[in-house]
Amino acid sequence: MTELRGFYTLWLREVKRYLRDRTRIVSSFVQPLLWLVIFGVGIGASLRGAVPIPGLNYQQLIFPGIVGQTLLFTSMFMGISVIWDKEFGFMKEILVAPISRMSIFLGKMVGDSTDALIQGIIVLILGLALGIKIDLITFLACLPVMLLITFGLVSIGLTIASFMGSLESFGAIQSFINLPLFFLSGALFQIQSLPDWMQAVSKANPLTYGVDALRSIILGGLWQPFQVQPIFVDLAVVGFFDLCMIVIGTWAFARMK
Amino acid sequence: MTNVIETNQLTKSFNSLTAVDKLDITVESGEIFGLLGPNGAGKTTTISMLCTILKPTSGTAKVNGFDIVKEATQVRKSIGIVFQDPSVDDRLTGRENLYMHANLYGVPSSEQKNRIDSILKLVELEDRADDLLRTYSGGMRRRLELARGLIHYPKVLFLDEPTLGLDPQTRDHVWKYIRELKEAHDITVVLTTHYMDEADKLSDRIAIMDYGKIIALDTSAKLKETLEGDVITVKANNVDAFLSLITEQMGLQKTRIVNGAIEITVRNGKAMLPRIVETATHNKIYIESISLREPNLEDVFLHYTGRMIRVDAGKELHGFSAIQRRKIR
Repeated sequence: MTELRGFYTLWLREVKRYLRDRTRIVSSFVQPLLWLVIFGVGIGASLRGAVPIPGLNYQQLIFPGIVGQTLLFTSMFMGISVIWDKEFGFMKEILVAPISRMSIFLGKMVGDSTDALIQGIIVLILGLALGIKIDLITFLACLPVMLLITFGLVSIGLTIASFMGSLESFGAIQSFINLPLFFLSGALFQIQSLPDWMQAVSKANPLTYGVDALRSIILGGLWQPFQVQPIFVDLAVVGFFDLCMIVIGTWAFARMK
Repeated sequence: MTNVIETNQLTKSFNSLTAVDKLDITVESGEIFGLLGPNGAGKTTTISMLCTILKPTSGTAKVNGFDIVKEATQVRKSIGIVFQDPSVDDRLTGRENLYMHANLYGVPSSEQKNRIDSILKLVELEDRADDLLRTYSGGMRRRLELARGLIHYPKVLFLDEPTLGLDPQTRDHVWKYIRELKEAHDITVVLTTHYMDEADKLSDRIAIMDYGKIIALDTSAKLKETLEGDVITVKANNVDAFLSLITEQMGLQKTRIVNGAIEITVRNGKAMLPRIVETATHNKIYIESISLREPNLEDVFLHYTGRMIRVDAGKELHGFSAIQRRKIR
């Protein structure tokens, strides 16, 4: 019971802090907008409609990928809260509390995931505004999948941050991880047409399955022939990755002083 | 009186450095126990072990009857801590910080509101309770941290340098709150400080700590009594000659030179003062200034260690950056 209350209060804190940070919410529109409009329209135009998937333009193809990218970037960025808490001493208050490190990690992780999910929802709405077809059922189906994707990614961010001493070093490490994960996730192209070695690397990337699942939901039947895996396999892979990262993250928090 | 804290040969080493060296102390229920010592003496390390933040290298300790290693969770439930550095969330309001703490320590939901309201009143923050912490002054944050440490009704409240970096007026206030909170909640307080006056004014008993060891432990009054007398400080034109006169002719042995002045410890300072002046005049030594005072804890420290409490430059910077940190946030 105490553990659950501890989890809840830490979750609440992360969400409150996020919702109070207007700059972060407003700025979260900008990057996906640039990708969808400038990159999406630009590359789409130079492909001259040569997207190999019938019935889809390039912007539609990358839209689920950009949702995935937003989840990736914001989730990883959440690790910064650990460094912030260490820097400003609040971490000590949490670490000496009589609750387990597992509850501490989970409270923070699910709280940050909730924040990342909100960012993801903002991008979905942005998509609607740009004319991407998302009906209510699709929208609702996206939510648990997006949350599932963020768990593992937030855990990576928190784990790395628990080892880092400064914001600068965290930022440096983060960009080493973000871009490869993003580019190799098939967010901007289908991975089937890639050379073998690159396809192999992409298939080892957990985000690939997250993006694939989102495409299956958002693009529906049009995407079905091009799926990397059926959606339940995608979700199983993402879920397994989440579990592994939660175990590692809890361990990382347990050794934190 | 029962003992709330008992340590048995408690030791903590960091590589070759022994920060806390075979500590044996007992803290009685209901007292304010002061750990006084220069920066780096091992005070924070001691507190960290008692708060289960650090594991001892050897030795044991019990807090509220629980072993600090084997029953760490029980110990954590029994204690409140106010850290040396700020540890509040400045993006939340004062009240939110308190609610979060109450939840982390398993305070029943039905009691949370009452406890928080009354503690806010005690530290006189009820008007600002719903403002974000970032708008608080350093002293207000400190008061909120004091209040927070008590929300879960701990048996022992640990205060690590509670007034470090605060201005004199705020320090007076914080001391007042510590005394009031202690009375209102009937708790035991363990505080560390390198301020003599803080230890003197707040503590029932003081343990003087240096290089990881307790070198003296008693009430402030008794510690001063051990010095057996008052301190006379003389500045004269010929220090060396005068010093030998004092020791050889007058037979006063407890002397030393501090900052170019002679310090003499005597049993009856008021009676001795004219005789010292007389001796000087008689031997044509010119006295620039002479003063008499009752001993303070600084003298006690000097007595036991042969040194003044050293002001460690690095650590002072730490204190300074802590203030800066309060300002930046």
